[in-house]
This record gives sequence, structure tokens and C-alpha cells, in this order.
Amino acid sequence: MPDALPDALLTLAGVHTHIAQYHILQGVDLTVPRGGLTMLLGRNGAGKTTTMRTIMGLWHASAGSVTLDGRDITAAQTPDISRLGVAYVPENMAIFAGLTVRENLVLAARSGPLADDRLDWIFGLFPALKKFWALPAGNLSGGQKQMLAIARAVVEPRDLILIDEPTKGLAPAIVQALIEAVNELKATDTTILMVEQNFHMARMVGDTVAVMDDGRVVHAGAMAELAADDALQTRLLGLSMDSHQ
Amino acid sequence: MSDTSNPAAPAAIAPPPLAERLAAQLPYWIVPAMVVVGLALIGDLPAWGTLTLAGLAMGMMIFVMASGLTLVFGLMDVLNFGHGAFISVGAFVGASVMLALGGWMTAPSLWLNLAAVVAAILTAMAVTGGLGYAFERVIVRPVYGAHLKQILVTMGGLIVAEELIHLIWGPNEIPLTRPLALRGAWVFGEVAIEKYRVLAVALGAIIFLALRWALVRTKLGLLIRAGVENAEMVEALGYRVRMLFILVFVAGSALAGLGGVMWGLYEELITAQMGLNVLILVFIVVIIGGLGSVEGCFVGALMVGLMANYTGYLAPKLALGSNILLMVIVLMWRPRGLLPVGKG
Amino acid sequence: MIGTLLSGDLPRSKVLSVVMVAILLGLALAPFLFPGTRALNTAATICVFIVLVASYDLLLGYTGIVSFAHTMFYGIGAYGVAIMLDRMPGSWAAIGLGVAAGLAVAVALALVIGLFSLRVQAIFFAMVTLAVASAFMILASQLSGLTGGEDGLTYRVPRVLTPAFKLFQDKLFGVRVDGRIVDYYLVFFAALALFLLMLRIVNSPFGRVLQAIRENPFRAEALGYRTVVYRTVANGLGAGMAALAGVLMALWQKYTGPDTTLSLGIMIDILLMVVIGGMGTLYGAAVGAVIFILAKNYLQGLMGAASEALAGLPLIPHLVHPDRWLLWLGILFILSVYFFPTGIVGRLRK
Repeated sequence: MPDALPDALLTLAGVHTHIAQYHILQGVDLTVPRGGLTMLLGRNGAGKTTTMRTIMGLWHASAGSVTLDGRDITAAQTPDISRLGVAYVPENMAIFAGLTVRENLVLAARSGPLADDRLDWIFGLFPALKKFWALPAGNLSGGQKQMLAIARAVVEPRDLILIDEPTKGLAPAIVQALIEAVNELKATDTTILMVEQNFHMARMVGDTVAVMDDGRVVHAGAMAELAADDALQTRLLGLSMDSHQ
Repeated sequence: MSDTSNPAAPAAIAPPPLAERLAAQLPYWIVPAMVVVGLALIGDLPAWGTLTLAGLAMGMMIFVMASGLTLVFGLMDVLNFGHGAFISVGAFVGASVMLALGGWMTAPSLWLNLAAVVAAILTAMAVTGGLGYAFERVIVRPVYGAHLKQILVTMGGLIVAEELIHLIWGPNEIPLTRPLALRGAWVFGEVAIEKYRVLAVALGAIIFLALRWALVRTKLGLLIRAGVENAEMVEALGYRVRMLFILVFVAGSALAGLGGVMWGLYEELITAQMGLNVLILVFIVVIIGGLGSVEGCFVGALMVGLMANYTGYLAPKLALGSNILLMVIVLMWRPRGLLPVGKG
Repeated sequence: MIGTLLSGDLPRSKVLSVVMVAILLGLALAPFLFPGTRALNTAATICVFIVLVASYDLLLGYTGIVSFAHTMFYGIGAYGVAIMLDRMPGSWAAIGLGVAAGLAVAVALALVIGLFSLRVQAIFFAMVTLAVASAFMILASQLSGLTGGEDGLTYRVPRVLTPAFKLFQDKLFGVRVDGRIVDYYLVFFAALALFLLMLRIVNSPFGRVLQAIRENPFRAEALGYRTVVYRTVANGLGAGMAALAGVLMALWQKYTGPDTTLSLGIMIDILLMVVIGGMGTLYGAAVGAVIFILAKNYLQGLMGAASEALAGLPLIPHLVHPDRWLLWLGILFILSVYFFPTGIVGRLRK
């Protein structure tokens, strides 16, 4: 399936990003096929989060191009990128702690009031949100905050969802719940680009995979291929990945 | 927006420990506690009543002026020393309107009196709001994200604005008499209740409630609160924080203008430097309350108002120092202010 | 030799070197080059303000913190000497005690303020210092028993420093060398010594850490430098230097009052001098002080003449009225922060 590489929803070509005097991305080439889940793997500091932020317009590429659905968004502003149908779940989740769960979702539903059927679907994915609906989001546990952050990204249908390390610091049971939710989300034909350190999660949900190192994509292909090839895993991801299993 | 209000009853989430909840509530109890302690120290009911009313009136006026400043900081990390200019300009514009409407001011009719004040307030707010818009575009926008330059440039803006006031209204201070119906006091037994102070408290309370309502109940208000917590994420949700910021900046400037008119009527004398003098109180309030927090700003303003009036009676020489002391105590207790806004 | 004196921090620009030498010679020979009370007064004021502005630059330019309490420390130094001389007229011991007391109070207060407000957010510092400085000014005018209140203090300095004292019987280069000129040279050499000392401080390892903190506080913290400690110490140093500048002014003017030492107007003057001269270079402080004080003393007269000449026109005479000179300085200030953030010295060095 990924070999055919249907049409790409998102393409990064030779993207360089500087943060202050640091040259973080050094020519990233990345293709995210429409309708699938692409995993972005790599060790800490490889440039995964910077890639996500560059796509979202939170940092701007100094060279190269970012193309979304045939449209050049390299220099676009974050709100415009969001309005083109891209949702972002950052690594720190960035939920609004002083606002209630409801208010967090109200803001995420940009085009109008919250739709009841969509809300029911979200409550199906994350029952805790229904339970704590009227409470300040700051009172939620870490896993619940992550659920709210993802719910915020899917409260209205979006074309592309960027999720940065959703399992970071979460208990295994909650990771399992997240895997189920992500699989459910995939069934809606949403395109997802996910950064993950947890190889178990990556293997369970990923269709295609890109591995980054030192600000470049050093491997791209099918997830199944990487999952089956221990030698490749060791070479690309080091032994540390095994410890997650 | 409110159509999907409550699909489930607020659930039985395990409440945080009692001590923690009390600690969170504590800042709200400071003002009542101060009033009680004030009564104990002053020991004279009529004097205490007068001072408390004066303190609340002063606090409300400072709150009106400080609320915009704290939101502007919370939203875009901009510390605007030029805010003092809006206070002065508001007072001068308001005074000009009231002097022009002298007939209404001295007419023995409450409604004509109020009409003159309302006209002065609306004109002042329109002018300072417009000035705020220009200030944001010309002075503040080129220095986003650079604190040092911001402080310098907005201070420069304050100097220029003060000079322009001198240029337009002349170098002298302008005496401002209150309209007929707002002069004097109602006397109940030994307690004298000054009419203008009651109006100031009422106006301040209305603005606080309206502001709170807007911040809690409207989508725009939610966006502002969310933006104060994490502006980047608000952008990632598809909203232009810049637009939001300009709006808050203009509204904050207009409120500063309103505060200037109120302060001018309170002092019955306006000078070009008054903005800077009041700005110092405004800063103390904003620091005490926690940068970016409207509730904290409100609590802090009332504390400063009461403190200034109580110490002015009990130990006149300490009056201004007392607010510095208040600030130091609050910072020792809570280094980020009473009700800081959780960033990130 | 020169390199050692300047702690290896040379002007690094031909024009700037010429300007600095001109300033040095002009000030050193001021009593002989520009005779007259007003000119000498201007020269002494320039000497004092070079120290004051340079000490402010320690904070603003080298440490990246904005303080509005610098005139408070300046005032503390001036009042220290003034109060002692008021009690013990004309005595050197009073000056010594005044310097010690002023320095101690200024540094202690600066350290306390720093520990409170630099700990949390540097942005608090600007607000806290503004509030504290204004409270201090009110305090100084209220403690009239000690400070003379609004009127300030006029006092007698040691006889050597008064016009009644004659150093030589004959004129030197056509100028009578009286105590006034001795006083001037006291101010001049003290200012020179303090300026060179500050050059040494900013070029020491300590000064380099300050600059590293200014550039990137997080990185400096990560490298193991306690930024709060360094900033607080810098604040104390700046306050001490400002207090010494205040001492010199007190000795020169023989009068100390709230308007000449503590007012926010002087604070704004200092800000303008630092920014126009160039932040982060002590030479900029010197250039800024010279230009600003010359302008303040002589340009206002020029504006007055222009205002009278244009009297018939609408608005314009008001715009160039001498009282409006702060308006133009304010505009100049904003423009320099935008377009010449490195000031005159930064331009010259490019």
C-alpha cells in the first residue's frame, strides 16, 4: 500500500529551519500520503518536533518548501495553515488549564457551535472528557489532558492532524486506550503525522514511517517493513527502542 | 455556543484536599480581612466607614486603569509604560468636554449632570481608544518580543504624549469641579458618605462584572483567556492572536481613558504628569495581582486602595511606602503575584 | 600603557578615538579653555553625568535590566554628603562619613530590591524600581528635618573647595586658580578614575558573564552561572557608582534637593543619554552625556530664539518653544531605539 504512494497530502522538500543561531533542520524531505498514518521516528534532538512546528508555521523554513494539498504553505502564518485544515497536538499538549473541558473544545470548534453527534463520537473515544466536562482542564490527569488535546484536534473534521509524542509519560493502560482511539480516528480517513518514541505504539498504528537523524530524514518506507526488520531497527533507531517493548 | 452546555452532570471528580482549595481561595479573602483589621485598628466607626468607601473608590478606579495593562501583558508579553499617557489624555479630553458643557455641569438636574459626565467619558474613551490603536501600530508593533526595547520605547511614547498634552492644553494644571449633583455627601448620623465615591465604586463594580462576564461567557473572552495562557496554541487553532491583541490594546486604552476621567473628577485637579503618578500605583496593583490576571488585578487594586486610605489615616507619613510594603509582602508570599495565570 | 588604563577596551574606531580624546582634553582643560562660571558648571555636570550614565549602562547595556531607581541611588549618595555637611559644615570628615553612609545605604537597598524583583521576572524589575523610586522621592521630601524637604539642603564645603581659597597668588594662563577650580579638578579626576574602574569591571571575567547573561539568560544558567546572583551584584555595583556620582554632584553644587537628584526627569535624561550614546559601551555613555548636556544647556536658548523668530506662525513657535525640548528628545529617543539601537558609538564603530 505505501509503496504505491497514492497522492501526497503533505510534502516537505529540502526544508532547512534555524532556531536562533542553531541549524536544526538540514534538508528534510518528507512525504505524507493522504488518508494514512505516517510515523516520524528518531532519537531525541533529531528534529522531529521542529519538523512539526515548521509544518504548522510556528517556525519558518529558511530554505526548501512545504506543500499542503498542492498549495505552498512554506511562508504561511499559523492561523492560515490551521484554517487550511491542519490540526496540531503539541508535545506539551498546550491545553488551556484555566478553561473548562467544554471551553477548550468550544474554541477548537472554529466554524460554529459544537455538533452533538461529533461530540458523542468524541465521548465514545474518550469517556473521561464527558465526565469532567465542566471542570477546569488544569484539574485533569496527564492522560486525560492528552485525550483533551487530541479531542481538540478532531472536534471538527480536519484534513491533517499533527500529533507530537502523545504517549510521553503515560501509563501503559492509557497508551492502549490511545492506540484504540487513534485506530478509530484512522477509520475516518483522516491523514495523521505522528511523532513517537514508543515503538510499540508506532508499530500498532503506523502505515508509513520516516526516521530522522541530525535534521534529516534518513529512512522512509512502510511501517510493516521496518517492524519486521530487526537489523534495520537497530541501525536506525538504536537499541533503545527495544526497551519500550 | 451554549447549546451543548452540559451533557453530563459535573462528575464526582476527587476534590483536591481541603487545605489546597483553601489556599487557592485565600487571595479572595484578603480584602474582607483588611476591612475587618482596618476597623479594629481605626476603632472609630464613622471614620472607618468613610475611609473604607474612599479606599474602595480608589481601588475601583485603579482597577479600571490596570485591567487593560494586565491583559495586554498577558496576551502578548508587552509591558506598556505608555499606558500612563492614556490616563492623562483621558482626563484632559474629559475635562475639556465637561468644561464645554459647563451649563449641564452646574444645572440643578441630576440627569443633565450625569449626561455631561457620560459625554465626557465616552469622548475620552473614544479618543484614548483611537490613540491606543495608533500607539500599538507605531510604537509597540516594531518591538514585539524585545522586552528591553519595549520598556524604553513605550517610556519614550509616554514622554512624548505628556509633552503633547502640554502643547495642546498648556503647561498648567487644570482644576476640575464635579457636577452639582455629585458634590458633597449624604450624612447618616456621624457617617458621611461622599456621593462621588459611591458613583466611582458603582462604576468600577459594573466594569469589573462586565469584564468578567465577557471573559467567561463570550467566545471572544474565552479566546483572550486562552491567549493569555498560550498564545501560540490559540494561533494553532486558527485564530489571529494579533487581531485579538489589537482589540484588547484598544479596549485597555479606552478603559485607561475612562479611569483618567474618573480620577480627574476624584482629585478635582488634572496635570499631564498624573498618568505617570497613577501608573506607579497601577504597576503595584498588577504585580500584586499577578501579571495577566484580571481577578488578581481587582483584588490587588482594592488592597492598594484600602491600604492607602487606612495608612493615610493611621500613619500619614507611611501612606505611599505602605503600598511598596504591601508589594514586598505579597512577593515574599507569592513571587508571581496573588492569582498568577498558569502559562503553558 | 593606554591599553592597560583602558583595560584593553579601546574605542576601536578612528572617529570615536578622536572624539574621546577631544572630550578628555576638553574636560581636563575646561577651566582654562572655557573660562566663566556657566561653562565650568557645564563641564562639571558633564563629568558627573559621565559616571552616572556609565553606571546606568552597567545595568541597561551590559546586564540587560531596566531600572528606574538609578536617580534614587544618585540621590542617596548626594544626600549622604549633604546631610553630613549640613551637620558638620566644611569638614572633610563629614564628606568621608557621608560617602561611606551613602554608599552603604545605596548598595544595601539595591541588593534588597534586586533579590526581590530580579528573582522572578526581569520585567518586574522595571516596575518595582519605578514604584520604589517614586516612594523614596516622597519620603525624602517628607523627612524635612533630615533632608530639608522640598527646599533641599545648602551647605558649606571645606574651604579649599570654595572660591575664597586661592591656590596660587598669580593667575595661571590668565585664569585665577581658586577653590572652585580645585573643586572642579576633584570632580574631574574622581570621575575619570571611576570611569576607568568601570571599564575594568566590564572587561573583567565578571563583566563577560554579565554580557553572556544578557545575550541568553537560559544558556548562562545552563552553564552554571546563577543569573540572579550576577544581576543582583551588577545592580549593587551600578547603585554604588551612581551614589558616588551623587557625592561628586553634591560637592560641586553645594546644594542637594529632590528636584536635582531624585526626580524622574533626571532618570529620563539618563535613559536618553545611554540610548543616544550607545548601550553596552561605556564610551557611549560618555558621548551621550556630553551631547545631551551641551544640548540641554545651549540648545534651549537656540530654540527660544527660533520660537521668537517664528512668532507669527501658527503652532510652530509652540513646537520649538524651549519648554518643548523634551518633546523632541522623546521623539529622538524613540527613533534611536528603533533605528540606531547601538547609538552613536555603535554607528561609529561599524
